Amino acid sequence: MKGVADADHAGRSDYEERLQAFVGRELNARTPGPDPVNQPMIRHWTAAMGDANPVYTDTEAAHATGRPGVVAPASMIQAWTMRGYGASAVSASAPGRRGFDELLELLDAGGYTSVVATDSEFEFVRELVVGDHVAVCEVVESISAEKRTGLGTGRFVTTLKTYSDQDGETVATQRWRTLRFRPPEPEPEPEPEPEPARVPESRSLRPRPAVNRDNAFWFEGAREHRLLVQRCAACSVLRHPPGPCCPECGSLAWDTVEASGRAQVYSFVVNHHPRHPAFEFPHLIAVVALEEGTRLIAGLTGVAIEDVAIGMPLILDWLDADPDLSLPVFRPAATETN
Amino acid sequence: MTTTPPTRTYDEVRIGDPLPDLVIPLTRTLIVATALASRDYQDVHHDPELARQRGSKDIFMNILTSNGLVDRYVTSWAGPAATVKAIRIRLGAPNHPGDTMVLSGEVAAKRDDDRCVDISVTGTNSLGAHVTGTVSVRLPQGVTSR
Repeated sequence: MKGVADADHAGRSDYEERLQAFVGRELNARTPGPDPVNQPMIRHWTAAMGDANPVYTDTEAAHATGRPGVVAPASMIQAWTMRGYGASAVSASAPGRRGFDELLELLDAGGYTSVVATDSEFEFVRELVVGDHVAVCEVVESISAEKRTGLGTGRFVTTLKTYSDQDGETVATQRWRTLRFRPPEPEPEPEPEPEPARVPESRSLRPRPAVNRDNAFWFEGAREHRLLVQRCAACSVLRHPPGPCCPECGSLAWDTVEASGRAQVYSFVVNHHPRHPAFEFPHLIAVVALEEGTRLIAGLTGVAIEDVAIGMPLILDWLDADPDLSLPVFRPAATETN
Repeated sequence: MTTTPPTRTYDEVRIGDPLPDLVIPLTRTLIVATALASRDYQDVHHDPELARQRGSKDIFMNILTSNGLVDRYVTSWAGPAATVKAIRIRLGAPNHPGDTMVLSGEVAAKRDDDRCVDISVTGTNSLGAHVTGTVSVRLPQGVTSR
């Protein structure tokens, strides 16, 4: 048994050595792209990307911005040296790509048959104009140890691509990281699941509120769609958020009143980041002043961001976020005229 | 006569300025068309069956397109006279057909010596962050052009 384990171990370290021997190696010598920078390919690119910047297709607009003529989108540089359909249709190795094909063979032999790009870091020296002819040269910077990832077990291969023009001048560099991984075995067809609880698809649950003995009444009221405000039983002053003791007179005795639901915007923010997956963004959050006098923080609904204003009249509505959580939200109050 | 849209000037842009969100519906056609426009014929970007065999739930957007969309997002905000000096991105959750990606960004840094502005960009889909990164653009001088 020991002999087998040793042989296995020796095999693995031999594989590791052969892999690491690629570090610093040129994967492909300077290889020119099949076509020079040209207007039809730029137009295909900008149309597919939905990019309306006129300097890519309109000579006059390019001149107006101080350019000698139309330029290619910076991000397009990699496309000029892609191998294209021929490379996937024919397995024959292109000249100059021996190192690349050897590395792929070795990775395939290690079971890393799938690939996904994870990082791209471009630095651009100059813009490309129609007629430029781009070539690329790629050198391996590092090959990681085997890592477990969400996609499967694999290795990160980091290379540096140097793009140069017809005169051999560098026009851009690109640090390029791909994950070469072993795809997990496809799972057997799952049994049809019973009807799931009615939660909107692919939306996670909202964070749970921290409910305690002092504030439980408020969340219980919310479940019944009643917006409650705590009231001091001694001096009748209302308070929110809930607490055990009246800040006015110090009494521990309290009861509640139900709010009318009429309110106005005291202040508000628009939350863009961070994005919790339970919410829709941008997310409008307001400090709402109830007509009873207390304020609470709640979401606004049924209003565009640009229409929200401090002092805007609001009316209470209810959000049943999931079976265990109902929360007050507010929408603009209809005014007499509409 | 062509009217060229205005370009933001270096001096009018402030650190912390937000870019308006850009919502991109991820149709199957978009994913395939952009892969082909970038001359990327890898099967995982157009063949659902082969994509599944390789461990994905469906075809997914290629990284050249993520670069292209981030480029478009920032340059459409900056204006046509801006030149792109760097695009650095990291990919996370894949962009599958039927999903929506929302690009958002803000001005993260300014460098007076070369009038470059760094825009931090995040593209989020229903699975999480598809792309995070930084785009550096060089802007024209001047107080305002708008």
